[in-house]
Amino acid sequence: MSEQAHVARTLADHLPILVVLVPFLAAPMIVLLGSRILAWIIAFSASLTTVFIAILLLLQVHEGGVISYHIGGWAPPMGIEYRIDAANAIVLLLIAAIGTIVLPYAVRSIRHEIDQKHHTLFYTAYMLCFTGLLGMVATGDAFNVFVFLEISSLSTYVLVAMGAKADKRALSAAYNYLIMGTIGATFFVIGIGFLYAGTGTLNMADIASYISANGADRTIKTAFAFIMVGMGLKVAIFPLHQWLPNAYTYAPSAVTSFLAATATKAAIYVLLRFMFSVFQPDFLFEMNAIKGIMLPLALVAMFVASLIAVFQTDFKRMLAYSSIAQIGYILVGIALLSTTGLSGAIVHLFNHGITKAALFMAVGILVLRSGSSFYARIAGMGKIMPFTSFAIVLAGLSLIGVPGTAGFISKWILVQAAIEQGWWPIALAIVASSLLAVIYVWKVVEVLYMKQPAEGLTRKEAPLSMLVPMWIMTLATIWFGFDTDLALTAARSAADGLLNGFTMAGGH
Amino acid sequence: MFELDFILGHMNYWLFTVLMMIGLYNVVAKGNLIKKVVGLNLFQAAVFMFYISIGKVTGGTAPIFPTDMKIDPDVVYSNPLPHVLILTAIVVGIATTSLALALIVRIREEFDTIEEDEILEIETEMVRKENQACGDVMGGAT
Amino acid sequence: MDTNTAILLTMIIPAAAAAGNLLLRNHANLRDWMTLSAAVATFSCVLVILSNVGSSTTTAYELFEVFPGLSIAFNVEPLGLMFAIIASGLWILTHIYGVGYMRGNKEEHHARFFASFSLAISAVMGLAFSSNMFTLFLFYEIITLSTYPLVTHKGTPEALRGGRTYLGILMGTSIALLLVGIVWTYTATGTLDFTQGGILQGHISGWMVPVMLGLYAFGIGKAALMPFHRWLPAAMVAPTPVSALLHAVAVVKAGVFTMLKVGIYIFGIDFLAETGASEWLMWLAAYSIIAASIVAMTKDNLKARLAYSTISQLSYITLGMALATSMGALGGGVHIAMHAMGKITLFMCAGVIYVVTHKTNVSQMNGLGRKMPIVYISFLVAALSIIGLPPLGGSVSKHLLLVGAADTGQQIMYWVLMLSSVLNIVYLLTIVGRGFFATSDDLQAGEAIKVPLLLWVPPALTAAGCVVLFFYGHGLEQFLMPIVGAAH
Repeated sequence: MSEQAHVARTLADHLPILVVLVPFLAAPMIVLLGSRILAWIIAFSASLTTVFIAILLLLQVHEGGVISYHIGGWAPPMGIEYRIDAANAIVLLLIAAIGTIVLPYAVRSIRHEIDQKHHTLFYTAYMLCFTGLLGMVATGDAFNVFVFLEISSLSTYVLVAMGAKADKRALSAAYNYLIMGTIGATFFVIGIGFLYAGTGTLNMADIASYISANGADRTIKTAFAFIMVGMGLKVAIFPLHQWLPNAYTYAPSAVTSFLAATATKAAIYVLLRFMFSVFQPDFLFEMNAIKGIMLPLALVAMFVASLIAVFQTDFKRMLAYSSIAQIGYILVGIALLSTTGLSGAIVHLFNHGITKAALFMAVGILVLRSGSSFYARIAGMGKIMPFTSFAIVLAGLSLIGVPGTAGFISKWILVQAAIEQGWWPIALAIVASSLLAVIYVWKVVEVLYMKQPAEGLTRKEAPLSMLVPMWIMTLATIWFGFDTDLALTAARSAADGLLNGFTMAGGH
Repeated sequence: MFELDFILGHMNYWLFTVLMMIGLYNVVAKGNLIKKVVGLNLFQAAVFMFYISIGKVTGGTAPIFPTDMKIDPDVVYSNPLPHVLILTAIVVGIATTSLALALIVRIREEFDTIEEDEILEIETEMVRKENQACGDVMGGAT
Repeated sequence: MDTNTAILLTMIIPAAAAAGNLLLRNHANLRDWMTLSAAVATFSCVLVILSNVGSSTTTAYELFEVFPGLSIAFNVEPLGLMFAIIASGLWILTHIYGVGYMRGNKEEHHARFFASFSLAISAVMGLAFSSNMFTLFLFYEIITLSTYPLVTHKGTPEALRGGRTYLGILMGTSIALLLVGIVWTYTATGTLDFTQGGILQGHISGWMVPVMLGLYAFGIGKAALMPFHRWLPAAMVAPTPVSALLHAVAVVKAGVFTMLKVGIYIFGIDFLAETGASEWLMWLAAYSIIAASIVAMTKDNLKARLAYSTISQLSYITLGMALATSMGALGGGVHIAMHAMGKITLFMCAGVIYVVTHKTNVSQMNGLGRKMPIVYISFLVAALSIIGLPPLGGSVSKHLLLVGAADTGQQIMYWVLMLSSVLNIVYLLTIVGRGFFATSDDLQAGEAIKVPLLLWVPPALTAAGCVVLFFYGHGLEQFLMPIVGAAH
């Protein structure tokens, strides 16, 4: 698709900015109105609007087109550019959809887990986090990424800390996350600084064309290293994952469902953008970094984090470790450096997002009814809460990668990518780590169905407002196990676009 | 390579690196939560310095056009863009600091301490109690 | 009704029965009648498909495409049709028997039990009519998952352990080996459709062929090839109707059925014969046959003994495929039917003995035959069929396998099959012998033990089926002939 001078005339032309702006404007409105009911209505309608915008955007770029939006009409590289292509349109949709589905679920969940006086602030922080994640993904300006990264991060720390009513460790988890997250973001901004010093521009496409024309000097290599580490912290690449288990475990359930499915995914997207679009894929230094550092770490994550997950006694914490392992799969897909591998990574990003959202929502329901998600407390829930438990089984199967679920599709593509490259050990590692997933998922299934429930707890099925969103996500994991058209086509054109850099996708 | 010119010519980088390391060291090594935040601030301030210094053009003046807009083509201006960026980053930094301090206040209320090792001790104790109450229901290794 | 609709119905009806069982959990009689009618309806649909054979086209019926070139698709071919007929036909009998067993034995959670059961049958139907490996794999895993609640039905620690072994081995092998094999095949050939003559020829060669075969042979854990056979004895903690239909017919046959499909339609018999890639598998199958038979002799628990007998008999079919001759493959195919009919009878009889007398061990069953003659005669007939004596069904397939072994010039395989028959005699007929001729202290002479109607009729019918199959054996052979591409 050729790119013309962008003149925004209709509302439709403004979609790339509206997707960010709508939730961003909703946040202060919620504070100003100060009503809990209105807060929810505003938040929900804002996020629903972003879903529609994201769908419209995806439809426009689904087959490989690019939308370039110039903020205030200032043309890049001077002005800030928002750039939508297949790769980020699918991530936008994922974030928008999950952010929306979590909201109805959050009503009951936070009534239980957060003080009433904080409810409006919860929705404000939620909307800001939502804005930040969408902005990170939509923007085509390197410094803008940092700004949105911090918007989402700061609101995330607040959201995590809101779990303090249930467990005071949420506070220290939020604090640690803040320290780690700020170091990561600052590393990222140092990297951007070096990039700017090296290339004289902040527009990602412009940086890319500078690097491909002039090659990478030491400043740019340093920038690459800083950006990788900084984003790696946000992604929770294996040794940089320390913040994740506690933050996920002690955050309110609605927050965990939202974050697990979106926050790390947005960070992975940014990582992908920088690795493949900004720095060229044939940049030798990067190759070595990917093959020599990222791939081994991803493999270690797949096994070590899965093993730790096997030995957990808390469902929520187990899922947190499983997330670290699953991020390993995505990184392996990236490290394969082929269209198939990359599309496997993107599909897994999407599929794992919906799977984990469903599972964390189920955890929230269990917490609502039994006070905590320890195996001892949720034992025997299969009989008492059949709908919740069965959703856990189905989503758990997707986590394992059983055929007929979304997880199977991404695992299939990843194994295929490894075999195509002739990397047999990788293919075997992927399936072997799935076996660990069988163990940790099945442990939960046994707890739910084979154990006797503990005494003296309120036991009944969850309210519909929580069940329905959870089942939407669960059915989505099944649906995307059969209908791969949306995810796969988008992922393939995204992977093609990424591997070919900006030069093919648009250029100047 | 390490001649005086090189060292002096890159003075801003040296300073930035040293300041950054002091900050990072404080974040990692100090047990007091407030001191960690101070370290974090130093760390960020170093980055701000770095940005501002790379915007400086030798012999350049402040990038302000005269009011009559009669721009003299011979005048060299410094690059204003990094400065503008850093304005944003400073705002972010302040937000981070205030949030961190707010969290510390809440931690102090709940844990009655702001020393990291003491918090860790309390948390370990909590985990131990949890394990006693809700330990492994699977009866050993699976 | 056209074939495509009928294929869909064979899956939808049992699945609907599963849902119905859960909805009607408090109406025992209604539920059981509904499941019975579902079983009959499913069987009728399979018969419709059978009657349509020849008149309808043979192209695959594509439900939807999952990946480009990979779809959930079904077609009718003789082997799958035969498997579907056996599974759905025996479901009717097993259901009747199952109702008698569950009520007689006062088991709990009937609704969940029959729901999982129906779901498993639904998946078996899907597996039987799969037209590509991708679809087959999907249903293969659904079978594993839907039978897990049946294995752990009792909820005891023992059942839990059994369930772990069951799921661990079946799921582990299928994900770690079978999936890799399938993806590899797809990457190498670009298709997974079951094609006459195989699809792998010309795409892989040399060392890859035996390795690929290994991924499939071990990956198909349901075929219970040693050393991945442990799940089958572990699954015996399940109530006997499960052992009868699923772990003697549906699940294990799904395994060897997949094995045959892979051998015939993925590799191709000629390709296997040319490359000699299956030679190691032949030896391993032979080892499984003998070793499992010997283990069976040492087992005192009746169900465990039958389980090891099943492992041994399953390897007959794997052996038939590994022989890489049309006779061998054909024999393997026919043996699916023959063994199913025989083994289900044996299991049902074991279940009857358990429900009526609560005896599980062979050594406790002295003199029981005189108390319940019909059950023991059914057992005897089925045992003789398994051993392979005419005029019983088992002799037909054993004959074909022997001819197949002789064809390849593998003298040893010929003797392995003969030796196995001798071992069969030892471990199966001793049970009957004890039943009729040994004496026991705790059984009073005289009165026969009353066996409920629902319990003794089904095994008697299947035993009769063993005799009938002998006379239709040749017809079955002719029916299966197209799978090896022979037109005569």
